[in-house]
Amino acid sequence: MTVGKDVSALFPDVVNCMQTDNLELKKLVYLYLMNYAKSQPDMAIMAVNTFVKDCEDPNPLIRALAVRTMGCIRVDKITEYLCEPLRKCLKDEDPYVRKTAAVCVAKLHDINAQLVEDQGFLDTLKDLISDSNPMVVANAVAALSEIAESHPSSNLLDLNPQSINKLLTALNECTEWGQIFILDCLANYMPKDDREAQSICERVTPRLSHANSAVVLSAVKVLMKFMEMLSKDLDYYGTLLKKLAPPLVTLLSAEPELQYVALRNINLIVQKRPEILKHEMKVFFVKYNDPIYVKLEKLDIMIRLASQANIAQVLAELKEYATEVDVDFVRKAVRAIGRCAIKVEQSAERCVSTLLDLIQTKVNYVVQEAIVVIKDIFRKYPNKYESVIATLCENLDSLDEPEARAAMIWIVGEYAERIDNADELLESFLEGFHDESTQVQLQLLTAIVKLFLKKPTETQELVQQVLSLATQDSDNPDLRDRGYIYWRLLSTDPVAAKEVVLVEKPLISEETDLIEPTLLDELICYIGTLASVYHKPPSAFVEGSRGIVHKSLPPRTGSSESAESPDAAPSGAPPSEQPAVIPTQGDLLGDLLNLDLGPPVSGPPVATSSVQMGAVDLLGGGLDSLMGGTGFTAPSAVMPANLGPPPSGGLGDLFDLAGGVGTLSGSHVAPKTVWLPAMKAKGLEISGTFSRQVGAISMDLLLTNKALQVMSDFAIQFNRNSFGLAPAAPLQIHAPLAPNQTVEISLPLNTVGSVMKMDPLNNLQVAVKNNIDVFYFSTLYPLHILFVEDGKMERQMFLATWKDIPNENEAQFQIKDCPLSADAVSSKLQGSNIFTVAKRNVEGQDMLYQSLKLTNGIWVLAELRIQPGSPSFTLSLKCRAPEVSQYVYQAYETILKN
Amino acid sequence: MRKSKDRLRNESPNQNPRGVTDPGASGPDQSLPRPFAGAGGGCSAEGGAAKARGASGTWCEPDRPGRIKLLQNRVLLGRQSVSSTCTPLGSTMIHSLFLINSSGDIFLEKHWKSVVSRSVCDYFFEAQERATEAENVPPVIPTPHHYLLNVYRHKIFFVAVIQTEVPPLFVIEFLHRVVDTFQDYFGVCSEVVIKDNVVVVYEVLEEMLDNGFPLATESNILKELIKPPTILRTVVNTITGSTNVGDQLPTGQLSVVPWRRTGVKYTNNEAYFDVIEEIDAIIDKSGSTITAEIQGVIDACVKLTGMPDLTLSFMNPRLLDDVSFHPCVRFKRWESERILSFIPPDGNFRLLSYHVSAQNLVAIPVYVKHNISFRDSSSLGRFEITVGPKQTMGKTVEGVMVTSQMPKGVLNMSLTPSQGMHTFDPVTKLLSWDVGKINPQKLPSLKGTMSLQAGTSKPDENPTINLQFKIQQLAISGLKVNRLDMYGEKYKPFKGIKYMTKAGKFQVRT
Repeated sequence: MTVGKDVSALFPDVVNCMQTDNLELKKLVYLYLMNYAKSQPDMAIMAVNTFVKDCEDPNPLIRALAVRTMGCIRVDKITEYLCEPLRKCLKDEDPYVRKTAAVCVAKLHDINAQLVEDQGFLDTLKDLISDSNPMVVANAVAALSEIAESHPSSNLLDLNPQSINKLLTALNECTEWGQIFILDCLANYMPKDDREAQSICERVTPRLSHANSAVVLSAVKVLMKFMEMLSKDLDYYGTLLKKLAPPLVTLLSAEPELQYVALRNINLIVQKRPEILKHEMKVFFVKYNDPIYVKLEKLDIMIRLASQANIAQVLAELKEYATEVDVDFVRKAVRAIGRCAIKVEQSAERCVSTLLDLIQTKVNYVVQEAIVVIKDIFRKYPNKYESVIATLCENLDSLDEPEARAAMIWIVGEYAERIDNADELLESFLEGFHDESTQVQLQLLTAIVKLFLKKPTETQELVQQVLSLATQDSDNPDLRDRGYIYWRLLSTDPVAAKEVVLVEKPLISEETDLIEPTLLDELICYIGTLASVYHKPPSAFVEGSRGIVHKSLPPRTGSSESAESPDAAPSGAPPSEQPAVIPTQGDLLGDLLNLDLGPPVSGPPVATSSVQMGAVDLLGGGLDSLMGGTGFTAPSAVMPANLGPPPSGGLGDLFDLAGGVGTLSGSHVAPKTVWLPAMKAKGLEISGTFSRQVGAISMDLLLTNKALQVMSDFAIQFNRNSFGLAPAAPLQIHAPLAPNQTVEISLPLNTVGSVMKMDPLNNLQVAVKNNIDVFYFSTLYPLHILFVEDGKMERQMFLATWKDIPNENEAQFQIKDCPLSADAVSSKLQGSNIFTVAKRNVEGQDMLYQSLKLTNGIWVLAELRIQPGSPSFTLSLKCRAPEVSQYVYQAYETILKN
Repeated sequence: MRKSKDRLRNESPNQNPRGVTDPGASGPDQSLPRPFAGAGGGCSAEGGAAKARGASGTWCEPDRPGRIKLLQNRVLLGRQSVSSTCTPLGSTMIHSLFLINSSGDIFLEKHWKSVVSRSVCDYFFEAQERATEAENVPPVIPTPHHYLLNVYRHKIFFVAVIQTEVPPLFVIEFLHRVVDTFQDYFGVCSEVVIKDNVVVVYEVLEEMLDNGFPLATESNILKELIKPPTILRTVVNTITGSTNVGDQLPTGQLSVVPWRRTGVKYTNNEAYFDVIEEIDAIIDKSGSTITAEIQGVIDACVKLTGMPDLTLSFMNPRLLDDVSFHPCVRFKRWESERILSFIPPDGNFRLLSYHVSAQNLVAIPVYVKHNISFRDSSSLGRFEITVGPKQTMGKTVEGVMVTSQMPKGVLNMSLTPSQGMHTFDPVTKLLSWDVGKINPQKLPSLKGTMSLQAGTSKPDENPTINLQFKIQQLAISGLKVNRLDMYGEKYKPFKGIKYMTKAGKFQVRT
């Protein structure tokens, strides 16, 4: 390319050539125009005439070319002149010209949106959706989608049953690319009932047999979305499930790049509807020459599909993979074996023996991975497979990765009493304590403390050594804090320390890396897009985050249970199907708790549990006695000197920690009130209240026998209610209740019961039975017991959701006489799981933006306006289910005023 | 013509937009409004690059046809630059396309809307470096302002740049379509051929996509718009000054049958159908089948006059429960009668592809007996494989080729085949044995020893054996065409059906 000659001077001459009959020359002139019109805007006007003329040329190819070029000339002066020709072309008799013109409207909109709107091109474009030619329809849809994307608020693609019908007709006839546009557009439509959803599904299903995989995946998206509305009892639902499997399998025989995208989407589909592919395990078996990115995805899906029925095959495959060459893949395969063991209990034994076989190979990274997963297996099935510890210990020296070392140390500490030389083993690790990674250091600290508590006599020296290493020589605050906690525990009350540190650990959950249900539902709406490849909502990564409309699955209308609960609608899946999912990272304590409940990958699970317990214990125990240095004398001799400066850091942290515990578990609890007076219930008086502690809802009851006879055989039942509250356990009153005796009992509740909308919404009808009779009463529960712990929305998401919820759903309330500062309000509310997303100061007023989530997945967004000095606040609530606003307000009021 | 080619090849290094700066060039874009300015962080840098590019585009009076083409190419490159600064956020589907060869040179770039700086490919190169092999480069690569989607075919990376949320399969399918089109146009798709035909390449790319919307991707239509280069046409064009650009609207594009052009005429009316099945299978050590599936296609070559309406029926259509059709097939008719009814495109096309996965339906036509053993103590290993026919319905297995990736510890192999040729590459450790036909009376075998690296322990992994073979006149699934009928035209066509079974990904674990 010759460098930098500006040939715009030739403009007039070139424009003269424009009226040639030679098509190639004409194309070239047009190209010149597109290139230089901007630099010569005045002269570009000269071209307008020819454009106008070309737009009336008898050859449709030339008319279309003229329109196509016009859209690419981004000169304002010209744009106005081009409106008339464009209008003509949009109504051209030749569909080729019309379809080109449709795209041109999108281009023009990009240049001058106002002009396009003023000229009414958008309406013409909308009319083109009813065009007789399917290609024109497809392009019109594509153009409208593009325009709508830049104006998310405008309701351009006004989809109604008539236009949907037209789109469906065009779908059968237009090109593959057009089909993709139309299907993506259809996916945004919300059918009014299940019958309409079914009829759309029926007409979309043939697209599953298309050769273009993008068409197939877009069709899968539409079907997955609309299926949500179909009743599961319907025959058609089953047919549809069956029809979805073959095309997904076929996608896996395409080119590897297509396979990769397909697999990422299948990963979502398998989580949402595992039944579709449950018999297709074998297509996910890895071929040795698959690209690595395909292999890893296949492995993921294999584990998701693993079940008792196919576990033998899966294990045999995984064992095969563990001998492959690619290190990443082998590691993941070994991990997968562990996950299978945790997922399918019946297979645990075989998995363990497979892992032992693999350890025998002595391949370094295989051994290390195997040890990491065996640790998880121990946590899932305690006291079952400890016989393998000896084999593990043989490989102690070959471990060089922190995760494997940490896992091994955990095992040694946990089973210290069964390992004769546990102290030697741990001591050997201690030598290089400062060179270890934090993960290993923390684990080592915990393990040695455990060892000490189990074998106090021989290991006193060791524990002192590690405590001083952790507290004095380390810069790591986590390590120091944990060291101090242990130190004080041990010095105050070794018995309590034993209870805390050696407490029985909660079992780890089965599926560890499931996508959170609400996110999954959103992602299902984005099947086939980049979002589905990254498993993140578009708002998380699309630049500029414009045009973000949160999509949600349509509510199921056919089935009985949620038809009655409009509130449960946005969450899509009934609550009972929601697997326990670890909330996203929150504050420090949230993290610690997560670690504890959470995925096997988390490093030091035991230790964290003890930290948490420790903190609680310290709160109760009082620190003063600690300072005295009673009991455990050896370390406390060092402590006073040492405690001088650190308390500011270490203890401060501790208090934070404790505070955290307080807020997380201590949702506001109202005093008990009498629900069932004795007069009405033949002498049984029931008073009670509701509370929420660390994610568990309970009903705290006080039952008093005011009759003269003994009461026994208590049972409790709830009527269907708005949020599906139901007793999670039977009412346990073991001894009969003697006259004038009172029993206090806490009844755990869950929210998986049947749902029926009540009026008022928070009304709960309860039946209590005893040996005398059955009694009924009803009570109102405060809504905040339903606010879940992971109700903190991300800022971005909050903004988008706030905008997305229509204004008519906004409700405003006044909270009077509440003399709290913004920060106090925020922390008080946080205790009840109302999270402050952002805080702003506008014109002297503090604005708190808060989010909360109900157990059934409804999000409520709040804006709290606090005028300093004035005791009344203004609360604006926005929610997709506006019925709840009133009760959320009440909850606010109760929390703030107590 | 010759000269222009050379210059085109030379110009690729100069295309670096940052390298080309001309202070005298008027920045054409500065005064213009930016409707969506400020929304994309990357716009200013790219805008700058675009300006340089725009100024560097040269324009001369077209004088000779050969020259015109060359210039057109340049303008195509240059024209994009103008729009770039105005629309940092246009939601174009595919912004740009880069073609990168295996040594990491960008040898062709095409921008449909704004110019995206070449430097965006650095992210691709990073990913390429991380991946050990070209096949392992992840297909979706995020960068701060764009996403790079790539496919790797014919040793060329086709990297598409997108900026907004678009269906990745859409882009990847389109890229494959681009490659198919090149192959269709030039016979092969290689760096040399693309560079030699750079003009046609740009013309085709321009026709395939308008503002990011796919325009014409059916090769029937494309070939009417831009005629594929032939030696004869090049000569004729040079002499007469005519062009490769068709001046008529492709007739098929908007009809109800967009895949077929009207007015097709042949003297010999022929329709050939090839039923080709590929077996993908994994066989384990003991010889039992772990998975087996058949990927079948029916490829057609139809050269029929006018608007023929064909129906194709099968003896056993129930085999086909997982099928993908060419758009020409009437789906309703298939649903109700299990008959393929269609107006065929002109020429070669894939009528149908299908998938048979139920294991009992898949016959495994060959078996491999193997004995590969490494001993811990010795530096020699034994190697022996025998290939034999299994369920071939009496047909001969031919074109047999055995390849295996040996472990790294294998230094060399000394083997004797009973038939065919074998090679072992001590660098890549790839063993390949071209067996040829299998004679059931005398089974081909390959025996010998492997010399292993002394002093190392025996390799951890077992080599997997990859098998290729062909069986003529057999569709292993048992699919059989019943009859082919033609309606709508009067003449009698010549009809032919051919069956073939091939190995797809056929792997035997040892």
